[in-house]
Amino acid sequence: MKEIISSDIASSFREIKARAESRWRELFNSDKPVILVGTATCGRAAGALEIVHTLRAELKRQGLDCPVIEVGCMGHCYAEPLVVIHKPGYPAICYGYVNPVIAERLVKEFLTGDNVCLEFVLGAMEENDLIPSFADFPRASYEKKVVLRNCGHIDPTDIDHYLANGGYSALGKALRMSPEDIIDEVKLSGLRGRGGAGFATGMKWEICRQAPGKPRYVVCNADEGDPGAFMDRSILESDPHSVIEGMVIAAYAIGARHGYIYVRAEYPLAVERVRIALRQARKAGLLGRHILGSDFSFDIRLFQGSGAFVCGEETALIASLEGKAGIPRYRPPYPATSGLNGKPTVINNVKTLVAVPSIIENGALWFNGIGTEKSKGTAVFALAGKVVNTGLVEVPMGTTLRQVIFDVGSGIPGGKQFKAVQIGGPSGGCLPESALDLPIDFDSLTEAGAMMGSGGMVVLDEDDCMVEIARYFLEFTQRESCGKCTFCRLGTRQMLAILDDITRGQGKEEDIDTLMMLAEAIRAGSLCGLGKTAPNPVLTTLRYFEDEYRAHIREGRCPALMCRDLIAYYILPDKCERSCDACVGTCTVEAIFPNPKRIKVIDQDKCVKCDTCRVACPPQYNAIVKLSPPSEVPAAVK
Amino acid sequence: MKTVSLIIDGRKITANEGEILLWVALDNGFYIPNLCAMRDNHEPMAACRLCFVEVAGRDRPVTACTETITEGMTVNTRGESALSLARQGFELLMASHALDCAHCPRNGSCELQKIARHLHVKLKSKHLRKLERDLPIDTSHPLFVYDANKCVLCGRCVRVCREHSGTGVFGFAHRGFERRVTTFADEPMDTSDCDHCAECITVCPTGALVPKEEQSP
Repeated sequence: MKEIISSDIASSFREIKARAESRWRELFNSDKPVILVGTATCGRAAGALEIVHTLRAELKRQGLDCPVIEVGCMGHCYAEPLVVIHKPGYPAICYGYVNPVIAERLVKEFLTGDNVCLEFVLGAMEENDLIPSFADFPRASYEKKVVLRNCGHIDPTDIDHYLANGGYSALGKALRMSPEDIIDEVKLSGLRGRGGAGFATGMKWEICRQAPGKPRYVVCNADEGDPGAFMDRSILESDPHSVIEGMVIAAYAIGARHGYIYVRAEYPLAVERVRIALRQARKAGLLGRHILGSDFSFDIRLFQGSGAFVCGEETALIASLEGKAGIPRYRPPYPATSGLNGKPTVINNVKTLVAVPSIIENGALWFNGIGTEKSKGTAVFALAGKVVNTGLVEVPMGTTLRQVIFDVGSGIPGGKQFKAVQIGGPSGGCLPESALDLPIDFDSLTEAGAMMGSGGMVVLDEDDCMVEIARYFLEFTQRESCGKCTFCRLGTRQMLAILDDITRGQGKEEDIDTLMMLAEAIRAGSLCGLGKTAPNPVLTTLRYFEDEYRAHIREGRCPALMCRDLIAYYILPDKCERSCDACVGTCTVEAIFPNPKRIKVIDQDKCVKCDTCRVACPPQYNAIVKLSPPSEVPAAVK
Repeated sequence: MKTVSLIIDGRKITANEGEILLWVALDNGFYIPNLCAMRDNHEPMAACRLCFVEVAGRDRPVTACTETITEGMTVNTRGESALSLARQGFELLMASHALDCAHCPRNGSCELQKIARHLHVKLKSKHLRKLERDLPIDTSHPLFVYDANKCVLCGRCVRVCREHSGTGVFGFAHRGFERRVTTFADEPMDTSDCDHCAECITVCPTGALVPKEEQSP
């Protein structure tokens, strides 16, 4: 009997896959060129939709029949908008920083002519003799795409693109396995939760499967809220079917019939693309009743969160799904035994679920072979801040922070000095230069005081004040605290008050001890993970940059020249050019005036420190500097 | 019902299996500071973070309101790490409490004063900043005065109002430091659906909800 069902699954899947593959071949193996434009949010913010429009209009004007396909995020967010042109006879070429003028030229000169417009090329998608390819980039030797395997290559709104690239094969395979075998496979792979805590995924599934009570639920946690993080959003926008496939496999493994994708309403494009994907999966028989003709049924509903950061905490997320206020509750019981509506519930992060189909398809040992001893697989990071190549990065666990920032991200722009990397969002910490050779894995980052987190990585340079960074994150967590428990509600507020004082130059010597004491108390006393980890940005900056705190408190000096109350603007008289008035005209408060020698002087009482004059001062003079403490400004011109 | 025996502060106690440690301790004369716990509440709220105790075999203090007793459990309610955590939690509450005992009707019967005595801490914190919220005092109700600045957000009034009288006048609103107990749309208390059962005044551990003198229930 089981044999018959298995072959049914195989044949019904073969049918939809064959159709998808033939459509894919028709698209890319015909004599027509194909244009891909990255239109995830990163692309749209840079104007990708306008590029799509321009390309289509120009193609029409030139009388060319060439499909323009919107794809997701290719990872090179620094060079958006990105356009990839597949033209028969040429390797697929990726163009970066494309504007409407470049887009028109690409159509006129490359598609109707044969000029590849080398000056706009970012890299070729495959190795060739003509143009440098991405494989020649230093980052290529570090990157390994497992979770991001399809991002930027396929149309996220077309299920056939996903199917033609191996999508849903793992589901077909999984349905022919027993649920227990799937759990064993995931356990053997060593996959740990990508939401931050790193709990063993296979174990979570097993606990849930064995827990009494029905129905069981699968929930995808896409409530990404860390400042500077955009991994989950990009994946949902670029490859929503991989999330669905991972969820269906999880549901089959634990015996669930219903699932939810909890995504923030602030991700409208992700919501739209997931909706389309769900509809297509249902139509193809990959979701809903009797999936692929088997007797397994499972469906997914999309739930839009209202944007509370704390709803990323699993018990708060469940409360929110249940229609209650998003407030965490005491654990245990853990959701795997008592979650949504009090029933066993598996909650997995987007990236965890996306890794599952690859594991089923390629086997646990393949996944287990990537990464370090205790952290298997790859890590996805949203690389942001003071780094040349911002974007979406995926590297094997065990890659060092230095490799990610300097080789993949190409280092710090503007010849500035690296100062710290903020990793793991508000629950993570700031690691200094000395920690750069740490291998990225769950345990070594926790040991250094930060945490893996869900994948935000913000690079900071010499112009960033570490006290201000700590203050920023504390302001975030105290604002996002649900307010239920004493330590998080009041403790983070106390810490913020102290940090506010320090950045204003009103800190006291004993404030550092009070900060440490509060941090330890909040860590030990808070109810949920948000509170327990909230002091991490302060603890790590105190651990690695205590001298900056001391400079603020003792000397009223901000070493990074960032804290506005502790700096003053000053025009160097020997650099100021008598005939130039650039700063005078731009000053927003008329605080700059020429002295009798026509050297410009700032009236410190009027100055609001808006930085406009420093930007306006022509680079050949570069006469305006920031000084800290403000008393550094020479008395004669004060 | 099956009973289990456990040791609290060196004394052997026998109690019913499945009971919550906080109630077992309190019933046997061991005081553990607490504000948000209520006996008939099925799920521990675990919000006030004051009932920390040390349990043998656990590397950190645990809250007694979330611990189910087990056979052979050894509990220390006077352990320094537990008391220190409770003290810090309490000081945080006090740093945001409108402290005015001399003019407060709850003076002498206030649970905050009791906890301060137990933990040997002053009501006024030495090193924390005073962070008050300056919320308006609601005197509109004929029976009681509600001063949100004295509220510690234990939620007792919210629960009795819902569970005992079924009216649900009170609820939590806002989040973080702004979280407070209030009525729907912050309506004055006298325009709410209050049925004058006065249960909320009875359960309030502080001077946030106090009877109006001339009409004490």
